Amino acid sequence: MTIRSLATFGTLAASVLLGASAMAQQLSGAGASFPAPLYQRWAVEYNKANPSVQVNYQSVGSGAGIKQFTAGTVDFGASDAAMTDEEISKVSKGVVMLPATAGSIVIAYNLPGVKELKLSRDAYVGIFLGKITSWDDEIIKKDNPGVTLPSLPINVAYRSDGSGTTFVFTKHLSTISKEFADELGTDKSVDWPAGVGGKGNEGVTALIKQAPGTVGYVEYGYAANNGLAMASLQNKAGEFVAPNEASGAATLASVELPENLRIWPADPEGKADYPIVTFTWLLLFKDYDDAKADTLKAFVKWSLTDGQKLSAELGYIPLPEAVVTKTLAALDTVK
Amino acid sequence: MASTATQPDGGFKTYRRAPDLFRILCWVASGFTVFVLAWMIYEIAQQSAPAIQKFGPGFLFGEKWQPNREVFGVLPFLLGTIVSSFIAILLALPLGLAVAIFLSEDFLPPPVRQAIRFTVEMLAAIPSVVYGLWGIFVVIPIVQGFGQWAVVSFKGVPVLGTIFGGPAYGNSMLTASLVLALMILPTITAISRAALVAVPSTLREGSYALGATRWETILGVLLPTAAPGIVAATILGLGRAMGETMAVAMLIGNSSRMSGSLLAPGGTLAGLLANQFGEAAGLQIASLMYAALILMLLTLLVNLAGEFVLRYTMRKTAGIR
Repeated sequence: MTIRSLATFGTLAASVLLGASAMAQQLSGAGASFPAPLYQRWAVEYNKANPSVQVNYQSVGSGAGIKQFTAGTVDFGASDAAMTDEEISKVSKGVVMLPATAGSIVIAYNLPGVKELKLSRDAYVGIFLGKITSWDDEIIKKDNPGVTLPSLPINVAYRSDGSGTTFVFTKHLSTISKEFADELGTDKSVDWPAGVGGKGNEGVTALIKQAPGTVGYVEYGYAANNGLAMASLQNKAGEFVAPNEASGAATLASVELPENLRIWPADPEGKADYPIVTFTWLLLFKDYDDAKADTLKAFVKWSLTDGQKLSAELGYIPLPEAVVTKTLAALDTVK
Repeated sequence: MASTATQPDGGFKTYRRAPDLFRILCWVASGFTVFVLAWMIYEIAQQSAPAIQKFGPGFLFGEKWQPNREVFGVLPFLLGTIVSSFIAILLALPLGLAVAIFLSEDFLPPPVRQAIRFTVEMLAAIPSVVYGLWGIFVVIPIVQGFGQWAVVSFKGVPVLGTIFGGPAYGNSMLTASLVLALMILPTITAISRAALVAVPSTLREGSYALGATRWETILGVLLPTAAPGIVAATILGLGRAMGETMAVAMLIGNSSRMSGSLLAPGGTLAGLLANQFGEAAGLQIASLMYAALILMLLTLLVNLAGEFVLRYTMRKTAGIR
């Protein structure tokens, strides 16, 4: 082929590609790793329904997501810890926080032969405070009459990296126990008094699977997909509730969303409520400079309605109707 | 015009019309390297200023790392870095030296020697994460088994009881140190082997001619002569061990508690940075940068100490070489 024909071919190809990509709308987002599997599934499914829209979500962590969102390098952010008022004030374009999905945090354990475990509030607070050190302690035994608990030492597994999961878990523990609030408090990473740290939900899952006697906190989806045994926790009403779709939905059903849609049901009161449930938020700007606003709004609207059908499959809790209505109303304020 | 005989470069400069491009390029390249390093140190120091102001040198001795209470101290991580690297070198140096001696002498036929050499050098090509994964599946169960035996056997024994004391964890200082030793082994072996092979054969032959046995030659002549190279290998290995992040973070248990036992989980500075930087905000970022600065200072100190040992060794062995 001559140089000339190569050049012509090259120019033609480039213009076709450029034209094609100009037609495809690109939306980029970054943030929490907890809902990442769901958001990425939504991106794929939405692209099947609307081939011209490509949504790209990077799971970099809630904190990094908020940083990128504040800097304006992404179109939308995602965070398990929403945004504090201080963080919102730093965003010049204004912020709209929309709960996109929800999930339960479970206490998973590795005890060969023990299929059902009930942990009272005293039990699980004591375990994570490092005060209860053996599985056959009286406090655990009294709630599990028919179960033979081995005399293994309790090995706690926690998150070594900063994480929204830790934030929600410690928030719940601080709410139900003053001792925990004083000693450790609530944060994305705290100074756990006992145990080993793993990186990410995957790291903690691996730690739990490795050694008998290990107990740790992970997202429900990870525990379910990896076949980890999950403990039934005692809620405020005194009932022992197992983590599943129904108990998570029960907790969400009784949540009253405030004006800015930011709330953590840190200690739900219903009888069938699972005690540790969290929303996770999509962060959008109030004002978008270009036509992206309409595409993004269409995608988020689809996620809040059709997208919710995929939640249960991946281990997340579908948002209740009341929440979806309020969220769609807030979505409308995005320009 | 000056006489060409009196000029240091033999009058070459007076003949050159254009500027010496190659020399300029070399200056630019070396200047750029130094500049980048200085810039990095400057940026890190600037970012860590709030933490330095708040904590000062007490940061090095603080034992608690609590982001939500804004209490930061790196003593557990500093000790973790030093202990894990020290144990890694303790294990890797004799082993690496032994392999290097074996590969530089003719105990084995050349094809076998080549094969072993390539295998050891391949170890250096394995990514850090893969070492971490291998450590999780292979080393942790072994250390856990050993740990459970050791805790029971050494109970009550004065020193060993503390070193192998307490509940035996799989993710522990010992696991991380073992895998680190494996990671720095190729560095030490390759460089030591090169140093041993570079010993002039006249020394070897001279030693044999005087009636020395093979081992007397190796230990008395070859090793001291190659000592500067071996010291260099050790420094490089130590530097790599201190900066190693991923594999250690996956194996060491990431705990901010100090313990005298090798079977307890620990933490390193590099691991701390890798784990917490993504979600850090405010004073935590400044504190993490301060920790990074301390890690760089530690590496610098080790390199300086190594430089002194190197010079001392070269002076001491100058007569032989």
